[in-house]
Amino acid sequence: MGELQMEWILQGIRDAILMLLHGDKEVLRITLLTLKVSCTATLISIFIGIPIGYILAFHDFFGRKLIVSMVNLGMGFPPTVVGLWVYILIARNGPLGGLELIYTPTAIIIAQAVIASPIVMGFSVAAFQQINSKMKTQILSLGASPIQLMLLLVREARLGLFAAVMAGFGGVISEVGASMMVGGNIKGDTRVLTTAMVMEVNKGNPEVAIALSVILLALAYLVVVVLTINQQRGRSIQ
Amino acid sequence: MREILLAVKNTKMVKSKRVILDVPLLELRHGEVLSLMGHNGAGKSTLLKILALLQVPTQGNVYFKGEEVSNSNVLKFRRQMAAVLQEPLLLDTTVYKNAAVGLQLRKVDRKEVNKRVMHWLERLGVEHLAKYSVRNLSGGEAQRVSLARALVLEPQVIFLDEPFSALDTPTRESLLAELRDILYEQSMTAVFVTHDYREIPQLANRVVELSQGKILHQGTPEKVLKYKLNKVV
Ligand SMILES: Nc1ncnc2c1ncn2[C@@H]1O[C@H](COP(=O)(O)OP(=O)(O)O)[C@@H](O)[C@H]1O
Ligand SMILES: [Mg+2]
Repeated sequence: MGELQMEWILQGIRDAILMLLHGDKEVLRITLLTLKVSCTATLISIFIGIPIGYILAFHDFFGRKLIVSMVNLGMGFPPTVVGLWVYILIARNGPLGGLELIYTPTAIIIAQAVIASPIVMGFSVAAFQQINSKMKTQILSLGASPIQLMLLLVREARLGLFAAVMAGFGGVISEVGASMMVGGNIKGDTRVLTTAMVMEVNKGNPEVAIALSVILLALAYLVVVVLTINQQRGRSIQ
Repeated sequence: MREILLAVKNTKMVKSKRVILDVPLLELRHGEVLSLMGHNGAGKSTLLKILALLQVPTQGNVYFKGEEVSNSNVLKFRRQMAAVLQEPLLLDTTVYKNAAVGLQLRKVDRKEVNKRVMHWLERLGVEHLAKYSVRNLSGGEAQRVSLARALVLEPQVIFLDEPFSALDTPTRESLLAELRDILYEQSMTAVFVTHDYREIPQLANRVVELSQGKILHQGTPEKVLKYKLNKVV
């Protein structure tokens, strides 16, 4: 690494700390929006991915394997492709154009939820299938209703399910293509950390982009730490 | 004769186009300890799961106290039963919570749960483990917890599917003796699956021997075992 790059990185870290300490309004707004958008999208993907993952793991029906393979394919969808599809759907002249969602934070949430859902779903299927197949029978024998059964199995699979949620969150907080395409990187409205970074680099301000990247990493780490603490509760290697 | 608690009629189970169970009639009376025996693959577990309302037969019906079991009443009836399977299949939490879970699912109040759980953990000699995670239990301890988890429910009928077959001989024998005492004390109705006919005289007052999904012999342990022993010796 050259001296110049090293200088940029150190400057970026310093700037990041200063921006946060001084409460730079714009940076704070971008950071909070990023957190809000990605957390909401992840939350939506949990409510879609875990129940469907549960059904795919525990119910046998015609076409199940086909659907699981589609979900697994969806886990690797390029965010830019998802962004483009969502864009086509909600663009002013698109089929859902009347909802006027394009270039709003809601549009980014939708696109990110579409990106995160297959990730959460695919990992959930695997997490549920890790459970001993006889466990379902045993829990039913204890007198569980279908809902109680699902809650107990979710609890049994919690380690893998937390990993699923972290993977989903990691997938959306770091993506830029979809946010750019359906959000438009509008200052004070739809600008998130990743789109701001791209813009700053294009404008020739790499040190600002680095500062933003430090904030992004810190933010992602914060959320992951909270999830990990919950995941690892009561766990120790013995 | 005592009242019939549970009955299956014209029951067939087909899996992968193969008839794995075909039982025209089997009745279980109050207070009876029925032993299902037979070789591996004879259909014992399948029959037990049908009786315990954990599996729906391909054909035929199950009756609980004379009432036909259907989707709408199966949970109500299942909540009057309990099952201990070959593996302990404990939930990944503490011993106490495992023993309490069935009562909690039935929304029994906390005081009552605590009373019954502690009573049965004590009865099975695992009360000192109550606060511990089930992850570090030995096989025998885990099966004791699984037994306690079923017994706290004070079920009308308990199903046991080769519960001790994975344990070492001393552990198995002591658990078998304890189980016999408990079933006797509580005059509990039970269905006990085993492929080891030496376990039967200790426990059962009726034996059904399955072979290839069909009932081969049934009757008192003396009758069925005499036949068995004659063949073996
Ligand atoms: N889900 C299933 N699909 C196909 N075959 C099965 C299934 N469950 C059980 N079987 C078959 O049915 C037969 C009886 O099984 P089981 O009731 O478990 O026997 P047992 O408990 O007496 O050893 C076995 O041959 C087994 O392979
Ligand atoms: Mg079996």
